[in-house]
Amino acid sequence: MSLTMPPPPLGVAAPAAGPETVQDASSAGRDCDLSGRALRISVRSLNFYYGSQQALKNISLPIVAQEVTAFIGPSGCGKSTLIRCFNRMYDLYRGQRATGEILLDGQNLLDKDVDVAALRARVGMVFQKPTPFPMSIFDNVAFGLGLQEAVPKSLLRERVEQALRRAALWDEVKDKLKHSGMSLSGGQQQRLCIARAIAVEPEVILMDEPASALDPIATARIEELVEELKERYTIVIVTHNMQQAARVAGYTAFLYLGELVEFGETEKLFTTPKQTRTRDYLTGRFG
Amino acid sequence: MLVLSGASALFGLFWLFWILGTLVWRGVPALNWAFFTQLPTPPGMVGGGLANAIVGTLLITLVATAIGVPVGLMAGTYLAEFGRQSALGRAVRFVADVMTSAPSIVVGVFVYAVLVQPFHGFSGLAGAVALAIIMIPVVVRTTEEMLRLVPNSLREAALALGAPYWKVVMRVCYRRVFGGLTTGVLLAIARVSGETAPLLFTSLNNPYWSADLTKPMGTLNVTLFNYAMSPYDDWRAKAWAAALLITMGVLCTTIVARVVVSRTQIGRS
Repeated sequence: MSLTMPPPPLGVAAPAAGPETVQDASSAGRDCDLSGRALRISVRSLNFYYGSQQALKNISLPIVAQEVTAFIGPSGCGKSTLIRCFNRMYDLYRGQRATGEILLDGQNLLDKDVDVAALRARVGMVFQKPTPFPMSIFDNVAFGLGLQEAVPKSLLRERVEQALRRAALWDEVKDKLKHSGMSLSGGQQQRLCIARAIAVEPEVILMDEPASALDPIATARIEELVEELKERYTIVIVTHNMQQAARVAGYTAFLYLGELVEFGETEKLFTTPKQTRTRDYLTGRFG
Repeated sequence: MLVLSGASALFGLFWLFWILGTLVWRGVPALNWAFFTQLPTPPGMVGGGLANAIVGTLLITLVATAIGVPVGLMAGTYLAEFGRQSALGRAVRFVADVMTSAPSIVVGVFVYAVLVQPFHGFSGLAGAVALAIIMIPVVVRTTEEMLRLVPNSLREAALALGAPYWKVVMRVCYRRVFGGLTTGVLLAIARVSGETAPLLFTSLNNPYWSADLTKPMGTLNVTLFNYAMSPYDDWRAKAWAAALLITMGVLCTTIVARVVVSRTQIGRS
């Protein structure tokens, strides 16, 4: 397969000059001023199907670069389904398909001829449950590094250390890099997975309820980390915890029954929701 | 309930230890240095050993493993990772299940028909192929079952880093169940190293030194079969010793398999 996506800019993920401007990313339910903000991703009329069952209905929404965007909504609303479109995770399963467009720096990543492996190197993912590989801490972080291009050993060490530092895990594991990744605590494992994801220098990091399996202290650490990581990366986070969205996200999208009900700046969405359904969800009427 | 099940367990163990006890009691006296180092004597003569058969058994088992394990591993990987729902996958799974319980003598006769008869001669290689055919379904099914224990979240995590699927299988899935795979292979080896029937029609026997896989080759199992039915006391004593040796070999392999499984991930998770 040919590499149809342009190579990712390394280092600081400067927003590539795509054709996106705020004006043409018109989307239903959006109610905020994005002028002056660079978009990393724009979703346009996205529909998603599990077999014949439609899980996402005509979703359009922007993802602002170097910012945290949260997807909230009750279980089954499609927030995880939506995030799994961004790295084509659904490709793994038969019968799952998406229509519409998801533009990443101007390119539709739903195109059939997109090199999915190269795409996933640009759009990393952290899962609900920590998923350390059955190998050493060092090898866990190094796993993604050799995949796209050969990395010399000396550089490998450097990149692993850098990733572990950025994931705020270095001090805890620097003396036991050879230990199994599975020997760490749950919170450490999740930060290891974040380190593993950022080691490949993606532009976007998807987080699917990254703290839901963790205790409050570990959750707080992950949230701090998300706050730091948005300096360099564009982060999309799925959470069923509204307080978490309010704490970490600059923008929030509320999904309900496969539809995007409301999207906007987190503060505005939480304090002055425009839609009744959003208000009802936020005040705990359902969900 | 406790009494009944406990009694049944003891009943089973009783026979097992009786067999082991008899083997040790009858086999140990015939075990000596010559048994491991010398060739068999002509019928009726006392002395000599089964060195050629020991080497033959090891060699045939080794070749059978070299053929059977890669095929079994790859086929099991196909079933678990690539062809879970495919028609081919279902067919292979069904055939593997049937083959697991096929009488081994049938395999021997089959190899006789396709390898021995057309090439006009019994050979060690034919014996190894027969054993490999018995190994394959065992390895296929354990490989598939082990890989199915790998949580999908782990595959997704590796794929999400941009790894191609084959690399995910090789570097993450295999590693996760390495202990289980090793155990499966060792148990398959243990299973075939006790087989005699498939060798009777294939590698036959050979009282002389031979490392030539295209010629008939002596094995402990077939020698045991011949010696046990012979009228000579010395040969029958050697048959006991051979039986003890085979049993110990199987026992050791199984114990190693147990140790491996208890020390790796699969035992813990």
